Amino acid sequence: MTKLLEIRDLWIEGRSGDDWHKIVKGVNLDLARGEVLGLIGESGAGKSTLGLTAMGHVRPGCRIAGGSIRFDGQELVGASAQVLRHLRGRRIAYVAQSSAAAFNPAWRLIRQHCEAPVRHGVMPRAQAEAEAVRLYAEMRLPDPDQIGFRFPHQVSGGQLQRAMTAMAMACKPDLIIFDEPTTALDVTTQIEVLAAIRDIVRNHGAAAIYITHDLAVVAQMADRVKVLLKGEEVEDAPVREMLAHPREAYTRSLWAVREFQPAPRGPAPAGPPLLQIDAVDASYGTQKVLDNVSLAVPRGRTVAVVGESGSGKSTTARVVMGLLSPTTGKVTFDGAVLPTTVGGRPRKLLQRMQMIHQMADTALNPRQRIREVLGRPLEFYLGLKGRAKEARIRELLTEIELDPDRFIERLPGELSGGQKQRVCIARALAAEPELIICDEVTSALDQLVAEGILRLLDRIQRERGISYLFITHDLATVRAIADHVVVMQHGRVVEQGDKARIFSPQHEAYTDLLLSSVPEMDPDWLTQVLEQRRAAG
Amino acid sequence: MTNWLFHLRGAPLSARIGLALIVIYAILALFAPLIAPYGESEVAGAAYQPWIAPYYLGTDALGRDVMSRLIYGARNTVGLALITTCLAFLIGAALGLLAATVGGWVDTALSRLIDVLMAIPSLIFALLILTITGASATALVLVIAALDSTRVFRLSRAVAQGILTMDYIEVARMRGEGLGWIIRREILPNASAPLIAEFGLRFCFVFLFISALSFLGLGLQPPTADWGSMVRESARLISFANFATWQTATFGLAPLLPATAIAILTVAVNLVVDWVLHLSSGLKD
Amino acid sequence: MALKLSPIPKLVLKRLAIGVLTLIVVSAVIFWAVELLPGSIATEVLGQSATPETIAAFNAQFGLNDPPLWRYVTWLGNAVQGDFGQSLVTRRPITDLIGDRAFNTFFLAAYAALIAVPMSILLGLIAALYRGSLLDRWISSSTLAVISFPEFFVAYILILIFAVQLGWFPSLAGVTPAMSLGERLYVSFLPALTMVLIVTAHMMRMTRAAIVNLLALPYIEMAELKGMKRWWVIAIHALPNAVAPIVTVVALNLAYLIVGVVLVEVVFVYPGLGQLLVDSVAKRDMPVVQAACLIFAATYILLNLVADVIGILSNPRLLHPR
Repeated sequence: MTKLLEIRDLWIEGRSGDDWHKIVKGVNLDLARGEVLGLIGESGAGKSTLGLTAMGHVRPGCRIAGGSIRFDGQELVGASAQVLRHLRGRRIAYVAQSSAAAFNPAWRLIRQHCEAPVRHGVMPRAQAEAEAVRLYAEMRLPDPDQIGFRFPHQVSGGQLQRAMTAMAMACKPDLIIFDEPTTALDVTTQIEVLAAIRDIVRNHGAAAIYITHDLAVVAQMADRVKVLLKGEEVEDAPVREMLAHPREAYTRSLWAVREFQPAPRGPAPAGPPLLQIDAVDASYGTQKVLDNVSLAVPRGRTVAVVGESGSGKSTTARVVMGLLSPTTGKVTFDGAVLPTTVGGRPRKLLQRMQMIHQMADTALNPRQRIREVLGRPLEFYLGLKGRAKEARIRELLTEIELDPDRFIERLPGELSGGQKQRVCIARALAAEPELIICDEVTSALDQLVAEGILRLLDRIQRERGISYLFITHDLATVRAIADHVVVMQHGRVVEQGDKARIFSPQHEAYTDLLLSSVPEMDPDWLTQVLEQRRAAG
Repeated sequence: MTNWLFHLRGAPLSARIGLALIVIYAILALFAPLIAPYGESEVAGAAYQPWIAPYYLGTDALGRDVMSRLIYGARNTVGLALITTCLAFLIGAALGLLAATVGGWVDTALSRLIDVLMAIPSLIFALLILTITGASATALVLVIAALDSTRVFRLSRAVAQGILTMDYIEVARMRGEGLGWIIRREILPNASAPLIAEFGLRFCFVFLFISALSFLGLGLQPPTADWGSMVRESARLISFANFATWQTATFGLAPLLPATAIAILTVAVNLVVDWVLHLSSGLKD
Repeated sequence: MALKLSPIPKLVLKRLAIGVLTLIVVSAVIFWAVELLPGSIATEVLGQSATPETIAAFNAQFGLNDPPLWRYVTWLGNAVQGDFGQSLVTRRPITDLIGDRAFNTFFLAAYAALIAVPMSILLGLIAALYRGSLLDRWISSSTLAVISFPEFFVAYILILIFAVQLGWFPSLAGVTPAMSLGERLYVSFLPALTMVLIVTAHMMRMTRAAIVNLLALPYIEMAELKGMKRWWVIAIHALPNAVAPIVTVVALNLAYLIVGVVLVEVVFVYPGLGQLLVDSVAKRDMPVVQAACLIFAATYILLNLVADVIGILSNPRLLHPR
C-alpha cells in the first residue's frame, strides 16, 4: 500500500497572550490509502489540532513551528492557499464535532452538500444533487429524496451528523478527518451514526483519521490507533494488539473506569429508605418533564439513575433538592415529607442532603479561595469559627487527598479538573450530610481522574455510611459504583432494580436498547450488536 | 488591590499613558486652588490677552485667566461627572443585580420600566426635564444619573444573569444562603471587571453629556468655570483664527482649549477601559 | 412534516404592538412631565406681574382649564394629525414653526447617513477581514479617538480647517427653503461631515465586532475546509447571516444621527428641529419642546422598530420553522 499521508516531526504552537506554547510536539504520522487511523487522547492532547493539519489548516492563534506534512507526495507546510484550496473539500474532507454549528443556518442541506463538488468543478449541480440523495440513502437518513431540502435546524442532531458525513463524501475524497463526530450524541443515536460512518468509509475505500476520546468507539472504527498525551505520541499500534497488550501504562489508564472495582460491602441495612420519591410529576412551564417517578434510596447505598439527555434524571435531582416543586406526588426524607422549595426547608434539613455538580468549573466561585469555599458551610451549618474552622478545613482537605498547606490558599483557577471536583466533594462533606446527590460528577473528567473520584466516593461511603443518588448517562460508571439502578426515558422510570438484575438480560425493550448501545472495547462489538438487532428484527 | 498593581506592570503603553493623564487631571482637580494662578471668576486683566506670561493661555472676554478657569473647570466638570456616574451606578447596578437575582415579577416590572425610559433618546429626555426643573447642578446630576442608570441596569442585569446560570449560585441557594449573601459574595466579585469597564465608559458618556448640555447653555451656569460653557462662550472666536502671528493664532484657538481638555480625558479613560476589558476577558480563559 | 404557519407574522405584529404601546407611553411621559411643573404654566410664562384676569385669559386661550387627561387625549389626537398647538412665546401655530425645520433636520441626517452607512460597513468589513493587521489597528485607534471627542470639538476642528483656513465651505450652514439641492448640499457639507465622522466611528466599530463574531463560527471554518475561496466564504456564507446584526447597528446609529443632530445644528447655526428645541428649552416654550421631543422620540422608536423587524425577517430559524 502506498502512503497517502506522511507527517514528520510536526511541531505546532498556540498563542496565549504574547507567549507561544507547544501544542503538538514532534509527532510522526503515516496513513496508507484506505486505512482508518484512530487518534485518541484526553482533552488538551492536541488531537484535533493534529487532525486539522492533515488538511494544511491551523486555527487562528496557532502556527506550525516545524516539520513536514505530505499528502499524496505533496508538501502542505508552506503550500500556497490555492494548492490547499484545491485539496480541501475535493480530496480531503472534514466532519466536525458539532454539526449544528458547522452547517450554515441560512442554507438548505443539499445546497451546502453540492457546494464543494460544483465549485471545485467535479460535477455539475444536477449530478451533485442526484449523488447527494444517493449518499443520504447510504447514510440511512429517513426520506433521502426530501431531507436535503430542509434547513439545518429542521433536522435532528443524529441526522445532521449523518448529513455532514454524506457532505464530506460528496467529492469522493481520498481522506476524511472525523473530529469527534459522535461525542455530542446520545448512545442510542451514536450507535446508528457509527454504523453508517463505518460502512460508508469502507464502501468508498477512503482513508480516514478518526479523532475521539473514547477508546471503545475507536475500537469499532479504526484499523490502527495512535495515543496522544499532551501533544506527544504515547503509543501507535493496530487496534486489536493495543487492546490486548497495551505497551504503556498510560494507554491502559484510558479504560480505568471500566476496570474499577468497588470494595466489597456488607449486607444491605435494614429499615426504611433514607429518601423516598413517590409518584412525582413535574413540569417546566407547560411542558411535563417528570411523569409518575418513584424511587427509593436506602441508607449507605448508591442508587444510580441512568438515561439519555431529556430523560428527566437531572430534573429528579432538582426536585429532591427543592429547586423545582413537583406538581403532584411527594418526596420523603428520613420518614418526613420534604417541603417542596429550598426556602421552605430549615437549615438543619438542608444540611442533611448535599449535591455535587457535573462541571466543577462552574460549581466553584472563581473568586473564592479554597479556605472560603470549605469554610462557609462549616460556619453556616455547624457554627464553626476561627481555629476550629481552620482545623476542620484542613481535615477535609486531607480527606480528599489534597495537601492542606499547598491548597488552602488557592483559587479554583489554580486547580486541575480532578482537584476541583475533589474540592466540591469536600464542600459537600463539610455539611456532614446523610445523602449526596452526584450529578454526572465524572462525565467531564478524563478516565484516570474519573476513576480516582469514584475511588474517593467509594471510600467515603464506606467510612461515613453516606447514601448516594448517582445521576449519569455513562453505564461504565454505573457498573462500577451502583447498588441499585433506575433507568429513565422521557421523564418516566422505565425499569429499576438491583444492579445485578438490570445488567442481566431480559428486561424492558428500552433498557435493552440503552445497554446494548454502549460501545465496548471489543473491536467486533459493533458488528455483533448490529447482527443481533437485525436477527431480532 | 495588589492584584491590579501587579497587572499594571504588564500594562501596554497606551494604558500607561491613559492612567498618567487621568492622574494629572485628578491632581489638577483636587488641588485647583493651589495650582491655579488666579481665582475661578477673578478678573485678572484686560480682555483677550494673548498667550504670554502671566496669562499663559490668555484671558477671556471678561478678562478672566483662561488657564485658571481650565484648572477649575477640571474640578467642576470632572467632579460633577464623577458624582453623576457614581449615583447612576449605585441606582443602576443595585436594581440590575436585584432584578436578575430575584427574577419573577420584580424583574419584569423593572425591565419594562427601563425599556420605556430607554425608548426616549437621553439628550431629548434631559432637555425636556431641564426645561421643567430649570438648569441647576442638582437637577443636572439627578436627571443624568437617572437616565444613565438605565444603561447600567441593563448591563449589570445581563452580567448577573450570566453569573446566575453558574452552578456555584445553585450551590449557595441550596445551602440556604440569603439574597444579600448571594449578591454580595457570589455575584458581585465576579461582576466587578465588566462593571469597572462600564464605569469608565459611562463616565466618558456622562462627561461628554454634561459638556454638551453646558455647551448648549443648559448645564452648569456662569460664572462657574466649566469646559462646555467655556467652549460656548468663546465659540465665535474660531472664525478669527489666523496663523499669521502668535497673537491672532492663539486668539482664534480659544474654543479648542476646553474642547481639547474634554477630548484628552475621554481618550485617556477609553485607553484604560480597553485595557481593563482586555484583562478581564483574559482572566476568563 | 406537518405544515405549520410561519411564526413571522405573529412576531412582527407583536413587535409592532410593543412599538405602538411604547410610543403611547413615551408621549404620555412627554405630556405629563410638563404637568409636574411647580406652579402653573400661565404664571411661568406671564411672570410674577400677571393679574388674575390675564392668567384666566391665558388659560382659556390655551385650553388649560380642561381636565389634564382630556388635554392629553386632544393633544395626542391633534399631534397625530400634524397639529401641535400654539407656541407660548410667539403665539404662532407650532406646525408652521416645525415644518421646514423638521425637513432640514431629516435632510441633514439623511445626507450624513448616505455617506456614513456604506463607508462604515465597508471599513468595518475590511477591519474585520484583516483583523490584527496594521490597517485594522490604525482604523481601530483612530475611531476610538473620534468616539472620545465631543461633537463640538470635531465640528470646530473641521470649521478651523475647511472654513477658516482653507475657506472651502461656509462655517455657518444657513440653508433657506429657496436654495437648490446643490446649494443645500454645499452649505450643509460641514455639519454633515461632522456627523459622518462621529457616526462612522461608532458604526464601524460595531460592524467590525459583529463580523468578527460571525467569522469565528464553525460553519465559516467548515466552508474554508471545503476549499472555498475567501471572498466566496465572506460573500455567500458570512454576509447573509450578518444582515441582522448590521441592520441593528445601522438603526442604532441612525437613531443617534437624528438625536446627535441637536449639537451639530447649534454649532453650525443650522435651522433645524434641534436648534428650535434648544431655543425653546431656553425660553421654556413648553408646547414647542413637547412637539420637538415627540418627533425625535417617535423617529428613534420607529428606527429601532424597523431594525427589530428586519432582524426577525432575516432569521432562517423563523423563516423556515420546523
